[in-house]
Amino acid sequence: MESLISQLSWKIGGQQGEGVESTDRIFSTALNRLGYYLYGYRHFSSRIKGGHTNNKIRISTHPIRAISDDLDILVAFDQESIDLNAKELRAGGVIVADAKFAPVVPEGVDAQLFAVPITAIAEELGTSLMKNMVASGASWALLGLPIEVFNRAVEEEFGRKGAAVVEKNVEAVRRGAEFVLAQAGGPIEAFKLAEADGKQKLFMIGNEALGLGSVAAGCRLMSAYPITPASEVMEYLIKKLPKFGGTVIQTEDEIAAVTMAIGANYGGVRTMTASAGPGLSLMMEAIGLSGMTETPLVIIDTQRGGPSTGLPTKQEQSDINALIYGTHGEIPKVVIAPSTIEECFYDMIESFNIAEEYQVPVIVATDLQLSLGKQSCEPLDYKRIEIKRGKLIPLDEELAPTEPNKLFKRYEFTEDGVSPRVLPGAKHGIHHVTGVEHDEEGRPSESAVNRRKMMDKRLNKLNALRITDAVKADGPSEPADLLIVSMGSTGGTINEAQSRLSQEGIPTNHVTVRQMHPFPSDLLAPYLERASKVVVLENNATGQLANLIKQNAGYHDKIVNLLKYDGTPFLPSEVYQACKELKL
Amino acid sequence: MQGAEAVVATFKEFRNNVKPNWCPGCGDFTVQASIQRAAANVGLEPEQLAVISGIGCSGRISGYINAYGLHGIHGRALPIAQGVKLANRELTVIASGGDGDGFAIGMGHTVHAIRRNLDITYIVMDNQIYGLTKGQTSPRSAEGFKTKSTPEGSIETTLSPLEIALSAGATFVAQSFSSDLKQLTSLIEQAIQHKGFSLINVFSPCVTFNKVNTYDWFKENIVNLEQFPEYDPSNRIAAMTKIMETNGMLTGLIYQDTTRKSYEDMAVGFKPEALAKQDLTLPEAEFEKLLAEFK
Repeated sequence: MESLISQLSWKIGGQQGEGVESTDRIFSTALNRLGYYLYGYRHFSSRIKGGHTNNKIRISTHPIRAISDDLDILVAFDQESIDLNAKELRAGGVIVADAKFAPVVPEGVDAQLFAVPITAIAEELGTSLMKNMVASGASWALLGLPIEVFNRAVEEEFGRKGAAVVEKNVEAVRRGAEFVLAQAGGPIEAFKLAEADGKQKLFMIGNEALGLGSVAAGCRLMSAYPITPASEVMEYLIKKLPKFGGTVIQTEDEIAAVTMAIGANYGGVRTMTASAGPGLSLMMEAIGLSGMTETPLVIIDTQRGGPSTGLPTKQEQSDINALIYGTHGEIPKVVIAPSTIEECFYDMIESFNIAEEYQVPVIVATDLQLSLGKQSCEPLDYKRIEIKRGKLIPLDEELAPTEPNKLFKRYEFTEDGVSPRVLPGAKHGIHHVTGVEHDEEGRPSESAVNRRKMMDKRLNKLNALRITDAVKADGPSEPADLLIVSMGSTGGTINEAQSRLSQEGIPTNHVTVRQMHPFPSDLLAPYLERASKVVVLENNATGQLANLIKQNAGYHDKIVNLLKYDGTPFLPSEVYQACKELKL
Repeated sequence: MQGAEAVVATFKEFRNNVKPNWCPGCGDFTVQASIQRAAANVGLEPEQLAVISGIGCSGRISGYINAYGLHGIHGRALPIAQGVKLANRELTVIASGGDGDGFAIGMGHTVHAIRRNLDITYIVMDNQIYGLTKGQTSPRSAEGFKTKSTPEGSIETTLSPLEIALSAGATFVAQSFSSDLKQLTSLIEQAIQHKGFSLINVFSPCVTFNKVNTYDWFKENIVNLEQFPEYDPSNRIAAMTKIMETNGMLTGLIYQDTTRKSYEDMAVGFKPEALAKQDLTLPEAEFEKLLAEFK
């Protein structure tokens, strides 16, 4: 009798620009319609046409947040895709390849090959561009999933181009399916997925969640310079902000992007910019201006492989030190690292609030896998959208006149260090703003007494700040010797490793640090205290998070680094293996 | 109420009690006075004006005018000013700084601000030298100009901001001289009223470090466009020719294109009212629509 499986991994590979992206998009959209949980991974290079690229999707009946160790189905547009990826296939896996290049299964790989005339069928129907439809139709058919759902996704993709185009593409899907089913003798039993809950999930990349969160937060302007892997934030917002009266400006460089954002925040509009490592390096001086002038600012840093141009399309979490320490002098600053796609959304709202409530720069640091991995997202809660602007005096509020020759005290010393903020345009609100050390009215001052008071005022503002789930405990919480600490996108992978360890009688705990700066030592310490060994897992070569923990919370003797800096995300098996070795 | 509100601010209301730290005789004093007069003449109230400045002697100007002011970082007055304008297009925004600020470290922003054509005014106090750092060469220094950083004389070509502005698609280009308060005030008024990006380069002598390009030297060398009654500032080719003929030593309104719309007016969906006054709440129905795109 057939037994149904709960998860499956599918990958498509080919040359960049060959339709890998669009095949993935339609295939996964259809799966999303059926209610499956999806988690995607893009392997791509810093070029537009040519070069091997592949997209992998994990399909599951229950929530997943990690890529899988292995692979069930590989769709290949060329032999290189087979050669590079076949080793991931589990025994009994399937390769669907274009018959055009006479595909060969590499030696030692136990996989069933279906050579489908992908290009030939597409060309017969009018254009080789439809290769993606033939290929995805064939792999869909092997899963035995309802074809109507797939056709509806095709219809949505091509509907704008007219009925004839839709019909051609549906036909391409049908032909691909027909051919492979004839070869395989029907859908593959081992790949029959149990039914999903049928509830359509949100399905997006982290950059879209960041953009959506920004719109919800009341962000109406964005100034930015294109860079991988941040550009999608800008591309999302240029489609949305004009609907709300705002806009996105593509600037001449990142310095212009960040200073324009500072100007617009000073002007009273929630404005942000987004970039990656090289751009953040260029922004550092301006971040200091935001801190010094207490002008709110929100910046997204989608971390990628550094240094210099580094590995621009690969996973890394190596900007944390630069984000915390990069500016010259000493300013208050907040660095937040969301760890899930939902957090990308909610953290943007919180970041815009913190930026205005504390009048500081806030940096939201994702990593490439979180920013670009397309995945299922839990429903987002409208009720959690709350806009808090702190001590901002709205433009329509009347102010008392200032005394002759006195300015509005924009930098007034207050108990919490946060001063009333008035916007340009307000009558009786005139004050000066300068990056030079200044007095309560904003006028330059070199007085030693004032300097000390102003430094203390600024630097003490954030003492009590703890963001929502600044340190988040998840996974199985049990008495355990081993504690795993992580940041960013790696949590799902860790959770899977934890289940495997747990099945073998090795209990572990896991916490994610989400507030990177100021460091929430008080919240993390109890977990460190209880564990006898602490594995700090991060995608960088020097253990930046581990060092932050040692510097702020201590526990040097317990901390062990688990580092990966080859450009690829951790796999569950790697985390499992490393933790197991530590226990033995 | 109406009567009290109707009193228009005079230039005195744009003054504050801060004593500039400029050297006596510095050209920047005239620029300060011209901005104050022009702002009053076009009917602005102090709170309707934002002066955004860079770093350098001239950068201090935003602190010497009774208006909103932001003294930012070296070379970045323009992007900050553009941000302010985008946030609140009801404000009159003037960016200002020196020739080092605008034509060396900030040159990239200058060219792109010109191309972008947001409705702001950019006033450059051009003294052909770095003053605050006590006398090094600037992109505006003449070839052969001896400074602390070019003891044998500058061997780089002098930059022509007017030619660059025209070729970058400027819609308003003017030049003036710190000895001519009347002309400068009038040009600033026209620049504020121009619907788009306006550049005014002002010869503003540094009396301490530049002993070559002095007031007297400028008086001898500059040509006022008023001498050419037939000159048509709407003719871009004629403007370029005149700049080249005079080796850039001309003053007056050199070029104006009143047909091109400003960035704010061209940006699709961009609100005609000040964005800063907008309610930030996202209606639930709109939120649901945004979510639906991801299903």
